[in-house]
Amino acid sequence: MAPLATSEYVLELDNISKFFGTVTALSDVSVRLKRGEVHCLLGDNGAGKSTLIKILAGVHPPSRGTYRVDGEHVLFASPRDALDRGIATVYQDLALVPLMSVCRNFFMGREPTRKRWGIFRVFDRRLAVKIANESLAEMGITVRDDEQAVGTMSGGERQCLAIARAIHFGARVLILDEPTAALGVKQSANVLRIIARARDKGLSVIFITHNVHHAYPIGDTFTLLNRGRSMGTFKKAEISRNEVLNMMAGGQEMQELMSELDVRI
Amino acid sequence: MGRPSATAIAGTALVFAIFWVTAGDSGMFALDGVMNWSVVAGYLGILAVGACLLMIGGEFDLSIGSMIGFTGMVAAIPPLHFGWPVWLSMVVALACALVLGFVNGQLVVRTGLPSFIVTLAFLFVLRGLTLAFSIIVADRTIVSGIGDLAEHDPVARFLFWGTFGDGWFTWLASHGWIRALDDGTPLVRGIPKVLIWWAVLAIACSFQLTRTRFGNWIFAVGGDANAAKNVGVPVKRVKVSLFMFTAACAWLFAMLQICDIGSAAADRGLQKEFEAVIAAVIGGSLLTGGYGSVIGACFGALIFGVVQIGITYTNINADWFRVFLGLMLLLAVLFNNQVRRRVTQAR
Repeated sequence: MAPLATSEYVLELDNISKFFGTVTALSDVSVRLKRGEVHCLLGDNGAGKSTLIKILAGVHPPSRGTYRVDGEHVLFASPRDALDRGIATVYQDLALVPLMSVCRNFFMGREPTRKRWGIFRVFDRRLAVKIANESLAEMGITVRDDEQAVGTMSGGERQCLAIARAIHFGARVLILDEPTAALGVKQSANVLRIIARARDKGLSVIFITHNVHHAYPIGDTFTLLNRGRSMGTFKKAEISRNEVLNMMAGGQEMQELMSELDVRI
Repeated sequence: MGRPSATAIAGTALVFAIFWVTAGDSGMFALDGVMNWSVVAGYLGILAVGACLLMIGGEFDLSIGSMIGFTGMVAAIPPLHFGWPVWLSMVVALACALVLGFVNGQLVVRTGLPSFIVTLAFLFVLRGLTLAFSIIVADRTIVSGIGDLAEHDPVARFLFWGTFGDGWFTWLASHGWIRALDDGTPLVRGIPKVLIWWAVLAIACSFQLTRTRFGNWIFAVGGDANAAKNVGVPVKRVKVSLFMFTAACAWLFAMLQICDIGSAAADRGLQKEFEAVIAAVIGGSLLTGGYGSVIGACFGALIFGVVQIGITYTNINADWFRVFLGLMLLLAVLFNNQVRRRVTQAR
């Protein structure tokens, strides 16, 4: 293990490119994530956000460029390696099973066990329920009963459950893939609040979204992606919400549409 | 009503009530009558336990009926034709079952094809192989005499042959507490071994499913294999081992059956794959996986046995058995769908 404070950055991607055959998914992208900040990755569909997440999460190795964690060069062979370094990714599908109860989902694949009658190694349900309920209570979610299925939770609650699970299993860096994409206004606000709280706890967050209105209030830094290229990284003080909106792919189209509509009125 | 087995328990109560009213004085609920239908339930119950775990894990195995005929012949032919000890041929039959279960499972998880199709293919392949090889090796499709050999094989006799607790039943009969024949031997000699196996299997598997890590993985791979994979559950290993376990259940069925009937036949176990699925579904397992219970499947098997045998105690034509069963299945599926909708929709 490298000594911790070698770098003020937890994650650094320097001049990353990724090619799939002849297709260039990312070209020369650099992203640096400071400790305890929320870094928003903004971009329209096809901007390369998913590829970037997969590189961060250890699913794909970059074709070119360097990836450093705590200042140390890394080559992840699998998502498991990234997890071992405390980099947890919450994908859009959340990896939750609707038919299973909250605590069974929380500990899926990492079930706590205890010895029963000295011989059988059993799932320690009581401990699982306790931890799951406490972690969710911290996020303001009450589990109605111990057998409540995840399928009965709202989208926002599920998102929080997935985040709570990642934090419980030792995440220092949370990578959130479009966590507010399928949510209503109120639920989105709740998820944003959870992100803020995670930052207050000292976690670093990469927040991937195409929604400027969700990114701007919560983000400390913004990196804009367009067609596989970075359009720059900006601190919140350096850029306004409208500037961000304009720089995003589609920003121009939206403005044109608005002026078109204005003319009709 | 929160538990998946609730429907099956309610259904069992209803079925018992119906037969109590229509056939209560016919001897169906006397000790020998009880043994009649509980043995049928026990045989199916053993299959249903395996089938329901596999279903909860999100897959089907339609080849278990053929597997019964196949493993029965593999166990019976060598002792009768080549003088092998019975226990050895039974071990070989188990090994065959596990290998075939492994192949089934690997084909399903590697190709990503629906297990329905893959195992349907095996239903035919295995049945055909059994018939063909029986003819080649033994020149017949039914071999008798295996029961006597099993009786004299210490391992087979202990595990599969005859009944359990005979001394106790004789003692009960000698005091006149249970019915005895004229020579003093009890009418029911003991508890058939199939019932012991059923009970042990049901308890062990129910424990495994609800109380252990592996049980949680079964629910996870059946509920959403992709999600399970993403959180580190070894999806392929879980599914393949369930296929192997289901095949082993078919083997157990076959061993008990050849010891009980005394012969093996290549066409044994016809349609058992469907009966096992029916029992699991009546027991509350969803066809799409991720939900169900072993105890429920056992009650499903019990309903099956009670209705199939019970109907012969009434003056209802036995052909109605299938009609009743089909309707029961339909009802169970409708109800299960309702449960799924309730569990998977946000309130």
